[in-house]
Amino acid sequence: MAGKSRATNQKTEQAGGQPADGATNGTRLTGSEIIWATLDGEGVSVVFGYPGGAILPAYDALRKFPIRHVLVRHEQGAAHMADGYARASGKVGVAVATSGPGATNLVTGIATAMLDSVPMVCITGQVSSKVLGTDAFQEVDITGITLPVTKHNYVVTRAEDVAPVIREAFLVAKSGRPGPVLVDITKDAQQASAEFDFAAAAPKPHRPHPMLKTESASILQAAELIRSAKKPVILAGHGVLQSGAYAQVRTLAERMRIPVASTLLGLGGFPASHPLSLGMMGMHGEAWVNEAIQKADLLIACGMRFDDRVTGTLATYAPNAKKIHIEVDPAEINKNVKVDVALIGDLKEALEALLPHLAPRDAKGESAWVKEIEASKGECAVRDISNLPDSGHLYAAHVMHDLWRATEGKAIVVTDVGQHQMWEAQYYKHDEPRTLITSGGLGTMGFALPAAIGAKIACPDKEVWVIAGDGGFQMTAAELSTAAQEELDLNIAVVNNGYLGMVRQWQEFFYEKNYQSTPLLSPDFVKLAEAHGIRGKAVKTRAEVLSAVAEARGHQGPFLINFLVEKEDSVYPMIPAGSALHEMIRRPEKNPLVETARD
Amino acid sequence: MLHTFVALVEDKPGVLTRVASLFRRLNINIVSLTVGHSEKVGVSRMTIVCDASPTAGHRIAASLYKLENVLQVDDVGQLSHVARELALIKVAATPKTRSMVFELVEVFRARIVDLAPESMMIEITGVESKIEGLIQVLNENGDRILEISRTGRMVMRRGQHTSRVLEAMRVPGLETPDELKAEEVGSASDVLMAEEAGLRD
Repeated sequence: MAGKSRATNQKTEQAGGQPADGATNGTRLTGSEIIWATLDGEGVSVVFGYPGGAILPAYDALRKFPIRHVLVRHEQGAAHMADGYARASGKVGVAVATSGPGATNLVTGIATAMLDSVPMVCITGQVSSKVLGTDAFQEVDITGITLPVTKHNYVVTRAEDVAPVIREAFLVAKSGRPGPVLVDITKDAQQASAEFDFAAAAPKPHRPHPMLKTESASILQAAELIRSAKKPVILAGHGVLQSGAYAQVRTLAERMRIPVASTLLGLGGFPASHPLSLGMMGMHGEAWVNEAIQKADLLIACGMRFDDRVTGTLATYAPNAKKIHIEVDPAEINKNVKVDVALIGDLKEALEALLPHLAPRDAKGESAWVKEIEASKGECAVRDISNLPDSGHLYAAHVMHDLWRATEGKAIVVTDVGQHQMWEAQYYKHDEPRTLITSGGLGTMGFALPAAIGAKIACPDKEVWVIAGDGGFQMTAAELSTAAQEELDLNIAVVNNGYLGMVRQWQEFFYEKNYQSTPLLSPDFVKLAEAHGIRGKAVKTRAEVLSAVAEARGHQGPFLINFLVEKEDSVYPMIPAGSALHEMIRRPEKNPLVETARD
Repeated sequence: MLHTFVALVEDKPGVLTRVASLFRRLNINIVSLTVGHSEKVGVSRMTIVCDASPTAGHRIAASLYKLENVLQVDDVGQLSHVARELALIKVAATPKTRSMVFELVEVFRARIVDLAPESMMIEITGVESKIEGLIQVLNENGDRILEISRTGRMVMRRGQHTSRVLEAMRVPGLETPDELKAEEVGSASDVLMAEEAGLRD
């Protein structure tokens, strides 16, 4: 079906403006046509959306333009797909919805993108400007509703404003600290006509931001702190990916022999297989990572925001460490953690300014600090669990580990939120940037499947895996239809433990095992997949994992594996919310998940 | 403590909501907020006074800058500036009691702008403490206050400080004579300050 509609697009595309070619001076188009012509000019080749009354004029004009439309099953899916598309590609994702309920359904997806600073443009239809504010059918004040969860939003009531506003929306979405932008376009603005000139609609240069500058004195101060540090740690966040500062962070780490801890969203920004990589920090980070941060005398925070899931209680966070904060958003400086030196600006540029001031530390032989961290890892660092004897239990960690081995760590993994998300972060080692896509800040269940659809469409040649729990998967499972309709070669792993697992874990640890409302009856996910024309397979034992994964990888088209894992397994280690980083709940002594040196 | 910000913002629908919503979001109470035209067409000037922790200034200014419609933010709290507020105060006064009010108005350098058989309206301009002083004295005298309307604080930095952001943007209507480009003229500013100290009311 999708193939057919794409073919139709191509057949008739000559009718539309071709703004990228600059041949549109003085073309008179309807507001609807201007929407697509402007998106085309901005380089958009695919949008995720759902039609409805107030956006119908725009949908009517879509066939004239070379833009692929992916029909979602719920507008939340459209926002997550645009988000996944943006995270996988680094480009701006676009979601389209109608007014009223279509627009409000986007909100969770917009907030998800806001909290994780993902560049996205959402276009919503709105009732005609003549009836704005009258509670007309399907009218909702979507700019009012999304004001706190968008970087900026616009109402467009005139056709001549469509192009300039959409172009400005793209600039806002991707500039500085990226974020979602919503453009609400009234029906009459879509129906009216205006002159369309893509070049003339270019936004004026972004207003200067006087706080957004790195003082050269601060650079020198930071360099001095780094040179004199004995126990430095780099904290690599999402900004490493957003800024594309992989090489610079790596140079800094290697030149000065500084170990690198990553936030959840920073995973992949520094290769997990690198000897200086510590892994994920924070609530479910390994003990040695958090202990290194607590013992450090210098933290170099690169594009991260000292989120509470990363710091634990602030009063005891890294008490001995000086802090350098390199960050594009001035409002993040001293927000949670008071820092000694702030380098405000693009991470890549700031590091490039900093690096010339740092002479390489003696390259031969690891520093005492790196050795100290190595020693603190102990047996739990031996993470190759392939030799562990099969105990008859299927642990989610084994699934993650086998997935990592089978895909050689090269797949794009899109996770949902909960226990499986943390196990993925612990057991799937990401060496490449933009290969882990996950909702970190908002923690949005239901994110994985639609975001993976967006990621697969952004990167059709990459292997894409959805990893979702049985709870979160059911929140947006309707998007299975979208994956089927788009004939996406998508692999789906449902990690099914019959509980809302992370909530159950909190109930186990902090609420005396009162499993209130967490046991969960699910449909047979294999049959559910089959009902959508999607192949599926259930896996109950560890012995079946690799063959099922191989079958899914070999299959053309979507494939779902229902992993029926250990029901009451917990994610270790864990720092209880509000505790200090070193006050963690460690793994039980005999943990079947961890291969020790003796195995 | 009280923080005072001057924000130059685009004159568009919804901008006030965005600014106000930001303070709501930060859980900071706005003490007063004045908005009006600035010297530039299409640019409004806000003076925002809010009660927040002493260290909150940086974060509030940085958060204001995150709003696309905000062109420039100045945290004037620590800087030398002139602050004024205007108030209209209506008091109950009969022909018999008027003369007392006239005397007070004279002392406070205020003005009577409306006179009715049973009330008078006073216009007073000055710093908050001066306005509060007049209100207090009126109350102590037993003059019944019927209505008070206060604008809230508006401020302007002393000296020849001018908006660098507007210069850089070349907002239509902004002419920047060369002599104004120097951001601060220290000596002139000091002289003005000294004068103002003498005049301070």
